[in-house]
Amino acid sequence: MLEFLQSGPVQSALLLSAAAALLCGALGLFTVLRGQAFAGHALADVSSAGGAGSLLFGISPLLGFLLFGVAGVAGLEILQPRRAAGRDEAAGILLGAGLGGTALLLHFCVTTHGAAGTAQAVMFGAMFSTPSDTALWSCLLAGGCLAVLALIARPLLLASLDEELARVAGVRLRALGLVFLLLLALGVTLAAMTVGAILATALLIGPAAAGLRLARGPLAAALLSMALGLAACWGGIVLAYESYGWIPGRTWPVSFFIVALLLLFYAAAGLRRRA
Amino acid sequence: MSYLVEIWLAVGLVALAAGAAGYIVVIRRAGFAAHALPMAAFPGAAAASLFGFPLWAGLAGVALSGAGLLALVQRTARRDAATALLLALLLAVGALCLSLSGHYAGSVYGLLFGQVFALGTEDLPVLGVIGLCVPVLLFLALRPLSLSALSPELMRVQGGRPFAMEVFFLAVLALAAGFAVPVTGALLVFSLMLGPGAAAARLCGSPLPGLALAMGLALGLAWAGLGLAFLTDWPVGFFTGVGAAAIYLLVRVKTG
Repeated sequence: MLEFLQSGPVQSALLLSAAAALLCGALGLFTVLRGQAFAGHALADVSSAGGAGSLLFGISPLLGFLLFGVAGVAGLEILQPRRAAGRDEAAGILLGAGLGGTALLLHFCVTTHGAAGTAQAVMFGAMFSTPSDTALWSCLLAGGCLAVLALIARPLLLASLDEELARVAGVRLRALGLVFLLLLALGVTLAAMTVGAILATALLIGPAAAGLRLARGPLAAALLSMALGLAACWGGIVLAYESYGWIPGRTWPVSFFIVALLLLFYAAAGLRRRA
Repeated sequence: MSYLVEIWLAVGLVALAAGAAGYIVVIRRAGFAAHALPMAAFPGAAAASLFGFPLWAGLAGVALSGAGLLALVQRTARRDAATALLLALLLAVGALCLSLSGHYAGSVYGLLFGQVFALGTEDLPVLGVIGLCVPVLLFLALRPLSLSALSPELMRVQGGRPFAMEVFFLAVLALAAGFAVPVTGALLVFSLMLGPGAAAARLCGSPLPGLALAMGLALGLAWAGLGLAFLTDWPVGFFTGVGAAAIYLLVRVKTG
């Protein structure tokens, strides 16, 4: 166990996944309440183009993912109509264009650098190869985002549960929604670096859906969701580390363990509520 | 030369099925499900290769159980959250099976972005069946599919069963996409569904012309993407993804 904790890649992975899990756990609660799971997923997929771009141009993955995540928010803001009906298709169109960009950048990665594993790294995460300074920056970023989220939590909760009432109370819905989308982009960016762009949604929605099933108040749900996310990530890392000897010559992907634990929590929460 | 003709034909067939399904996806507001369900091809193909089933059995089995699971979970949880969890489940199981069977990296790129140019002759009959059956099935069920999407209450009053329509629709979507994805990639299928479907739904007021227009647009988009990919040697998925967004934006600007 001591050897496990002293390993540099494991330390970076623990830090990065903690940042992603805590931020996404809190953001996920609002995402589920606002019905924006697809938007969150689209942002993660768009940010993957940044991940591919950072590999191609040799810049920091955090910077690459972030740039495209924020570009994704701009795209959503332009594409999404005010009424709820067309939101789904707008998010889908953005997702398609973003993944198209990822496909092109990955194609350039493979043709210029000959790096065949890049698709896997961007799409399913590469947390054990994260540089330690990137992990530290991610923690700072997550802390900042959580502070902003705490500041807007009350009006955001009101706007998520009852838009009419929030408008009457003088909440500026559009500005608030935009700030939330930006935070969401930063959150799924961190999740994309941890478990990969296409699995980022699991870290965003899984803990929050389980938390909402169990907890009574919004604060309790948020704290529970953050704790469940953290438990799944750290548990997954430990399991992946232990799994090297299970079947000789075969590795078990860490993203699988994290997602499996999250789904297990969700299913257990359903049983517990029914009991 | 015949090899090239096969690729054009295969992509065209996938486009016809995707266009028809995409129109229904848009009117039923099931964009997220349309993104998640095709991913069933990933664990399906991976499990078949790991446990030694025939490929079609793995694909069909996982696609149908995915559709059933989604329909069930949608009844109890919020729809988009349920879809997100199903997507994560499918991808994580697929990643595990691939990782355990030992060939990982190439398959991931192929699943998402397609390997159209690696298409084999044996793929054509399967794609032919999908390209013809999906539009016909959806055309036959067009009325109940639209009604149950627009007003489930009205359908229930008339003695229909909206939940059965949802299961039917998800099953058709999962099967069609599940067999097309290993050939063309999830991104291509998804872009061909959503861009043309959304454009057709905005341009046409009634279902039948909408269905036809979506299929036409999808065919045009797919072949244009394929042609550009031939010329530039860039991935097809890039052109169809960006092209779908361009079609959608144009129609949005035109219809306001």
